[in-house]
Amino acid sequence: MIFPKGMNMISRRDFLQASMAASALVGASGFGNWGRLAARQALTQDQLLQFEATGNVTLIHITDIHGQLVPTYFREPSVNIGVGSARGKVPHITGAEYRRRYGIKDGSPSAYALTYDDFTSLARGYGKMGGLDRMATVIDAIRAERPEALLLDGGDTWHGSYTCYHTEGQDMVNVMNTMKPDAMTFHWEFTLGSARVREIVQGLPFAAMGQNIFDVEWDEPSDLFLPYKMFVRGGVKIAVIGQAFPYMPIANPRWMFPEFSFGIRDEHMQKMVDEVRAKGAELVVCLSHNGFDVDRKMVSRVKGIDIILTGHTHDALPEPVLIDGTILIASGSNGKFVSRVDLDVRDGRLMGFKHKLIPIFSDVITPDPVVTKAIAAERAPYLDQLTEVIGQSDSLLYRRGNFNGTWDDLICNALIEERDADIALSPGVRWGPSILPGQDITREDIFNVTSMTYGKAYRTEMTGKFLKTVLEDVGDNLFNPDPYYQQGGDMVRVGGMAFRMDVSKPQGSRISEMTLLKTGELIDPAKSYTVAGWASVNKGTKGPEIWDLVEGYIRKKGHVSVAPNKNITVVGA
Amino acid sequence: MTITRRYALALGGGALALTGLSGLPAFASVADDAIMKITGGAKVVEGGVDLTAPEIAENGNTVPVAVSAPGASVITILAPSNPSPAVATFNFGPLSGASEASTRMRLAKTQKVIAVAKMADGSFHTASAMVKVTIGGCGG
Repeated sequence: MIFPKGMNMISRRDFLQASMAASALVGASGFGNWGRLAARQALTQDQLLQFEATGNVTLIHITDIHGQLVPTYFREPSVNIGVGSARGKVPHITGAEYRRRYGIKDGSPSAYALTYDDFTSLARGYGKMGGLDRMATVIDAIRAERPEALLLDGGDTWHGSYTCYHTEGQDMVNVMNTMKPDAMTFHWEFTLGSARVREIVQGLPFAAMGQNIFDVEWDEPSDLFLPYKMFVRGGVKIAVIGQAFPYMPIANPRWMFPEFSFGIRDEHMQKMVDEVRAKGAELVVCLSHNGFDVDRKMVSRVKGIDIILTGHTHDALPEPVLIDGTILIASGSNGKFVSRVDLDVRDGRLMGFKHKLIPIFSDVITPDPVVTKAIAAERAPYLDQLTEVIGQSDSLLYRRGNFNGTWDDLICNALIEERDADIALSPGVRWGPSILPGQDITREDIFNVTSMTYGKAYRTEMTGKFLKTVLEDVGDNLFNPDPYYQQGGDMVRVGGMAFRMDVSKPQGSRISEMTLLKTGELIDPAKSYTVAGWASVNKGTKGPEIWDLVEGYIRKKGHVSVAPNKNITVVGA
Repeated sequence: MTITRRYALALGGGALALTGLSGLPAFASVADDAIMKITGGAKVVEGGVDLTAPEIAENGNTVPVAVSAPGASVITILAPSNPSPAVATFNFGPLSGASEASTRMRLAKTQKVIAVAKMADGSFHTASAMVKVTIGGCGG
């Protein structure tokens, strides 16, 4: 493929060094390799896969695929604010700061894969990313070299697309099974409802795990899931402990899985670590859907975890983060990356490691024919529905960042217009691929940003006071300085109303200057406003499905164009 | 007071008593007043009590809470921002296997839940845990 002009050599990465126990732990990130290749105007599969095998154990981490079977464009965030002790720390850096931190040249493949600037032109140059058949090729190549490698799926797999919705997750289950994962943990999977989750989990040919998935009535570990599983690979006894998303019943509708309770439960996590160590585990891996900041805090409270494969917050980091001797790996979302971690475990101890965040450039990596066929089989019954063009976008549509993206604004505009509302609320989720200017919007594209099992678009009255309560409440779930009180989503997306948010303030005083856009007047706490929204966690929510509403809106417009949102003022970051 | 929505389960042979202290004064700190009623003004030491509660309540109507204080004869759980701050008092006799108990409580809003333990020697120990009660939704 052809690369834009003006790309420069990426500086050689320094090797990471950290001490662990009595030995020196030497870790290396293979990140620089593929960046450098850009300078040679060529990016090949072999080069993307290039990795100097080390040690005796290999872990392959994939996470937060959100039902994306086929390649997509996915723009990384421009705003990712860290608060409290996470302020200014990885992964809370974006754009130029991110590129500086990791030595990434503007316009390079890594700039495209990991940062947001110039997304449209870079996307046209480098093409789509992801696709399970490309991921399979990478996984198979690693397995060819390391047949005993463990493939670990961090969850948010059975959710997020047209086919996933209509097959209740079966499309993802079928295709993932061809790739033979060894273990998986969960989040959005539970929104399929507990009966469906039980049905799928009981038939899974690999370990379904979460040490924090409890029975709600007895407050004891659920018997449907394993807390951990022991593996012997490369002669090393490895324990993989699962950690499901802790705030499922709060962030998602509790009534869909009333039998289950979650929580961080770090006392129980410590018990599990102690238990697997007592059983002789030489390497303790945590497959986590906590979110990065929660994992960072958990490391300070739970002792004895060697490596956490993080998920939920969709961060993609080209280098591991080392905290108190624990390695944190962040492997992105939507199928854009596969992480490979080689570990050297000797004498019952981790002595060193090597890591690479492998970008899945879909035009560079040859699809695995078996998985391509499996994907085609899942899509075939729905192909006409999937590919129907609904309209065209004249601007870049994306969603990923703490505040409204352009996809969110489009959805909010549709809610206001189609449901004749003053104000629109749209959930602060981090999934949903991007659409380039000039690109057709298909029904599949609309489902990619709206698909869920509780997608009814409601219309209701809310007082100004209640609206502020909602914004303050969601704001605290994102910007509470203690990560254990954060849910890991983003700020609720708001249409029809401007507001100012001081992220440094406590709950109740972050939001001010709420202004109704159609009149320019300040929101009156005592007055009622018509609000349209979707993804309510309340049972019995009524209204059309959000994807039908958005489709109707786009079809009427023909062409849509959304400028970046200027109605939200953020201070205190 | 009403206890109909509280599900109480006492472990370890301790005798359980649910108490309600209604009509607490609105002035000063409700928590301090509630603790004062238990201790009669004696000094309260941080530590020696384990209080386990979720960081964010999955359901504010039934929040699991567990207390443990080796050697305690009485442990009281307080939710100072509830209309009735006293949640439960557990009494442990000589035949109690361990001074630990768990129950479920209703939390009216986000607050710091407090456990106060009276030890066999008459001293008082305390621990607290912030439990957030939220509208929820919008998870990524």
